[in-house]
Amino acid sequence: MCRFKLLLVVGSVLWLAACGSSNNGSTVTAVIATCFPSPIQSSQLITCTATVTGTGVFMSTVNWTTTAGSINASGVFTAPVVTEPLSVTITATSTQNTAVTGTATIIINPVNSQPLTVDAGPQPQTFTAVNEAFTSVTVCVPNSSTCQTVDHVLVDTGSSGLRLLSSVLTIPLPQENDASGNPLDECHIFLDGYAWGPVSLADISVAGEIAASAAVQVMIPDSVSPAVPTTCSSQSIGPNQGNSVTALRANGVIGLGFFQHDCGVTCTTANGSILPVYFDCSTSPCSPTYVTLAQQVPNPVTMFSLDNNGVLMFLPSVPSGGVSTLSGTLIFGIGTQTNNALQSATVYTVPDTGANMGDITTKFNGVSYPSSFIDSGSSGIFFLDNATTGIPTCTVQNSLWYCPIPSTGNLSATNQGTNGNQGVVNFSINNANTLFNTGYSAFSTLGAPLVSAPPPGSFDWGLAFFFGRDVFTAIENMPTPGGPGPYVAY
Amino acid sequence: MNRHVNFLVRMSILLLCGLAILTSPAWAVLGDSAASVLNDQARMKGTLRSVDMKAYVMHEITVPSGSVVREYVSPAGAVFGVAWEGQFPPDLRQLLGPYYEQARQAEQQQERHGRAPISIETPGLVVQQTGHARSFHGQAYVPQLIPQGVKSSDIR
Repeated sequence: MCRFKLLLVVGSVLWLAACGSSNNGSTVTAVIATCFPSPIQSSQLITCTATVTGTGVFMSTVNWTTTAGSINASGVFTAPVVTEPLSVTITATSTQNTAVTGTATIIINPVNSQPLTVDAGPQPQTFTAVNEAFTSVTVCVPNSSTCQTVDHVLVDTGSSGLRLLSSVLTIPLPQENDASGNPLDECHIFLDGYAWGPVSLADISVAGEIAASAAVQVMIPDSVSPAVPTTCSSQSIGPNQGNSVTALRANGVIGLGFFQHDCGVTCTTANGSILPVYFDCSTSPCSPTYVTLAQQVPNPVTMFSLDNNGVLMFLPSVPSGGVSTLSGTLIFGIGTQTNNALQSATVYTVPDTGANMGDITTKFNGVSYPSSFIDSGSSGIFFLDNATTGIPTCTVQNSLWYCPIPSTGNLSATNQGTNGNQGVVNFSINNANTLFNTGYSAFSTLGAPLVSAPPPGSFDWGLAFFFGRDVFTAIENMPTPGGPGPYVAY
Repeated sequence: MNRHVNFLVRMSILLLCGLAILTSPAWAVLGDSAASVLNDQARMKGTLRSVDMKAYVMHEITVPSGSVVREYVSPAGAVFGVAWEGQFPPDLRQLLGPYYEQARQAEQQQERHGRAPISIETPGLVVQQTGHARSFHGQAYVPQLIPQGVKSSDIR
């Protein structure tokens, strides 16, 4: 996955032959300092070398100095911790003649990767999470050292913005105000429920990246004021997922999807009609209000200094019977550092307007389903129905799943982007009941039908699809080596 | 003859819709009368397009956010199905009426295994919603109200 592009940095050389001091007739004429590779990341160690030239029997030793980080007598450089790219100058000074120096420049980039975990979730004694990719997120009261690291935050490429349960937050994040100076609250609709609560401000840290003073939704339960507006809960059949960790099945959700903001221009005055998304709660009950783009909950990635055009999720492949836990990597940026190059991934662009925003077309058995999508926040592969696929179903605790005996064997679908790029997806479905009975948390073969699918019908390629693939999610209007987002690539 | 009667029924429904816009009838929804379509249009501040499909009439309401709601009315004048798509789901409590609570209760009885689309199939009600932020697609219908010769897959 990683392609290291070694960049040789050869420093400038100071020629001082004319005035070089002599030592027993010897003269140091030049020092060339070399450090590679560059760029490197925060805290990374690299060894710099110095080539000293001169006349006679000169001393080839140098003293090392650096403008940031540290470097020892052997030339081993330890990069400083940065949250935005930093250019560091390293100087090798001849010990024989301190007027003769050589310099090298190294670019230090923020650390852009951190672990992803698929495990039983934040409360394994209460429920076993299934196909949820978790990571840790640190939030701080803006411009302060009052911080908290929240574990088991769901990584969701199907939404944009960080949302944390009020019940797990222990630090007081200040609430954001609207244009009138009134505190803002928000209603966010998930696939299977909704979230309600204040829009607060936090410095968000993930990996070595920082989104400073970013809007974050704090999800509150029904029991906490302000009360959920009816126009919020009415947009969903599902529950208030802010009610508990069990309801959310995570401590929070970090939306790293296609869009820069969670609502976009539709929630601004440009729409001409106020939607029940952002609310002014200065009077009771709360009333919907317009917000600017800047006031909306952003995809935090867009606020990073360098790696701000998308994300790469890497999760290893999973055998057909599942595994109990899985470790992977979440990498920020696309083509911004050596560890996130697109390489041979196929780019599938998605619409950023219309009724199928963020969707791809999946073709199955000769039929196209244009409302299909790839979403790390969905657990399994949700597609079509028994009548279309012929795959037997079963009911597990009142929910319908695909339950072939023992497995479907290989199934084949073709995904297509609006750019015309196509790619075949081979997958198989196992008996959901059998999979759940293992007690495991990661299944590549978990699938369920959508009732009455044909037509309309669709494929929701959930986390099961991500196993064994490098999946890039590019953000709208952000340049990448694969063209501007939004797109998904794998 | 039968065809002629059906035509009259359809015309009556359209006329009823026309009258409804002048009066202020009660809010009505899935399973309710055709007049409810106009209420939906008014509540959603949307634009209405109606298409006579012979076996039923499809009323399509486009709301300011760009989302679309389609309501399917039988020759008997009942809204037998609704479908929606767009950046946000519509007000499902209004759109599904008494079936909203039924759907909520059915959803609550489902044990969740990870995060999934909504999929409810009971003898008297079918509801599904899939999608992600900025693209929701859903439908709901009452199987018993679907007119003869109409397939549930027509509700789209």
